[in-house]
Amino acid sequence: MILSALEKEGVDVIFGFPGGAVLPLYDQLYDAPFKHILTRHEQAAVHAADSYARVTGKTGVVFATSGPGATNLVTGITNAYMDSVPLVLITGQVGRNLIGTDAFQEADITGITMPITKHNYLVKSIEELPTVMSEAFYIASTGRKGPVLIDVPKDVFDLEGPFQYEEKCHIPGYNPTYKGHIGQINRAVKAMRDAKKPVIFGGGGLIRAGASQVLRELAEKARIPVILSLMGLGAYPGDGELFLGMPGMHGCVTANYALTEADLIIGAGVRFDDRVTGKLDTFAPQAKIIHIDIDPAEIGKNVMIDVPIVGDVRLVLEELVQRLKPGNTTKWLKQIKTWQDQYPMPMGREDKVGKLRPQYVIRELSRLSDENTIVVTDVGQHQMWTAQHFVIRKPNTFITSGGLGTMGFGFPAAVGAKFAAPDSRVICITGDGGFQMNIQELATVVKNQVDLTIALINNSYLGMVRQWQEMFYDRRYSHTGLQGSPDFVNVAEAFGARGLRASTEEEATEAIKQAFAMKGPVLIDFVVDQEENVYPMVAPNRAINDIITGGDEQ
Amino acid sequence: MKHVLAIIVEDKPGVLTRVSGLFSRRGFNIENIAVGETVTSGISRMTVTVEGNERTIEQVVKQLHKLINVIKVSNLASEPTVLRELMLIKVKAETGNRSDIQQIVETFRGKVVDVSPDSMIIEVTGNDEKLEAIKLLLHHFGIKEIVRTGKVALLRGSKVTRES
Repeated sequence: MILSALEKEGVDVIFGFPGGAVLPLYDQLYDAPFKHILTRHEQAAVHAADSYARVTGKTGVVFATSGPGATNLVTGITNAYMDSVPLVLITGQVGRNLIGTDAFQEADITGITMPITKHNYLVKSIEELPTVMSEAFYIASTGRKGPVLIDVPKDVFDLEGPFQYEEKCHIPGYNPTYKGHIGQINRAVKAMRDAKKPVIFGGGGLIRAGASQVLRELAEKARIPVILSLMGLGAYPGDGELFLGMPGMHGCVTANYALTEADLIIGAGVRFDDRVTGKLDTFAPQAKIIHIDIDPAEIGKNVMIDVPIVGDVRLVLEELVQRLKPGNTTKWLKQIKTWQDQYPMPMGREDKVGKLRPQYVIRELSRLSDENTIVVTDVGQHQMWTAQHFVIRKPNTFITSGGLGTMGFGFPAAVGAKFAAPDSRVICITGDGGFQMNIQELATVVKNQVDLTIALINNSYLGMVRQWQEMFYDRRYSHTGLQGSPDFVNVAEAFGARGLRASTEEEATEAIKQAFAMKGPVLIDFVVDQEENVYPMVAPNRAINDIITGGDEQ
Repeated sequence: MKHVLAIIVEDKPGVLTRVSGLFSRRGFNIENIAVGETVTSGISRMTVTVEGNERTIEQVVKQLHKLINVIKVSNLASEPTVLRELMLIKVKAETGNRSDIQQIVETFRGKVVDVSPDSMIIEVTGNDEKLEAIKLLLHHFGIKEIVRTGKVALLRGSKVTRES
């Protein structure tokens, strides 16, 4: 019955890991027309499904067993929840007669995941299963998207019941608002006409809503510069004329200055996260703020909003474009150009001859890639360098863990991305710390001959944490050295993948070219400068125009 | 400032946990909570008293709305309401002071619902101030135990908090 529902929902790929309580489901799967990807850890299954959902725009599906299988999903579910990714997770549960008895492999996964799912269900009878399945897909993929978990006791899988599947469902407490309030839209139009120094600040909502095209139209017609949060990268071309980059803690100087000096911020599908705003009472002191978001709870949560617009960001931007009366931003754009010339993105220390700069590696990966290449990152320094130096041109081609900052996300997410877009090149940019958190997925990529390049930015440290220790903890590098890591080239080859190594700029360029020419999984171990830092940087709880540019570093 | 929220919810397993869990994990303080059925079957009503400024309450209401099983949230503090809570007090009562206690209870239109050789249980209904006042008066007789239901509230007049 579950599989019939999945078929109705148009699911073709499932990521999962079997076990006792889901045996009946896996038995049905044995000769069913689905592609099932067996990961080597449940966490990897969720990350892969998460990334699959981001790239395709469809709902990702995960199977796992009860107890440890289910609890291994927790990090991945939280990750999807924080980044508003639609997932349906089906977990087995112990039989109904055993629930509540601390039975073998029993865990109260609906209780555990209540705060990290959009909604969840424990299915107690076969009669409710079809409704639950259709509600789950509906809830996951509409409004502000998110993960929905369905916990099914082992004996319920085996029951027979009437299968009436309603794709449209009515849930009394769930009615997302899609169309923006016309009065507020008119106020926004007026504010945009009167603004002298406007910026558009867009986020992941633009990508989930498919609003890139209309964003571009709005920006170009109104001549308003565009700033994108980490989650929003790709919603406007990274080499686009009006693009200022990412703002915040490791954002572009220009983006931070522009937000601070702006007289109008058009927030579109963003949530004014602390990594972007810095110290709240110094954020955008002169700006009127328009905030467009599908989730009313985001509006006014962190910053005070002048024009709130609840709705689907694509529909709202379309309305704005139609009514738009462009103001004059020539002087403002000139000011921005001055900043851009004055503060280019730093390329790392050039005094260290012979050492490989990670920024260089990212730029080469970017230069040698086409616009359809999907870049998947893990979390840490390499993630920030990728956001800063890799030119992301299209939506859904940059996959990263934004809200939760989950180390270990990158590699399994790259696997999901490749299954989502078999014709695109997929690069997993990761670090030596994060890669080891899900290194076992080398087996998955070898088994499935997943065609991807793993660019391992290997600095032998938990680099981002080490950077903070250097800057704020007196260089006391407490437990951030990763001595004892394996020879990654040998590890890749032991699993049956290809391994390459590069320690100089020439070797790096050569290795990238070689890897791109190979089929199947290839790992490049880029042995980079161990103590390179991510700049620019805004120290925590400081104003975002109070920037350490890294130029005067010892 | 104290706010009284009427939360109309689908009567599904776990709904109380979903609501109370939301309060605790987002750092909102529930002062008290009362739950019961409504006119419509399958629909329950929670009355939650919560402390916070306008901005906090706005966030609470918006976050509650995001719960799938929550149908409607009304802030009753903004309109005239009838607000009541029931309290049972077990107070020490010897033969000598029973009539004094009885008198206090009558003044507060409470009821004596149980009497034993050395104690009485008093039932009293009202708003916060009234309950606090009788508690204070009974205090010197020696209060052994107190239990309260939590506040419930309805809008005054013919206006209703709709259940769907």
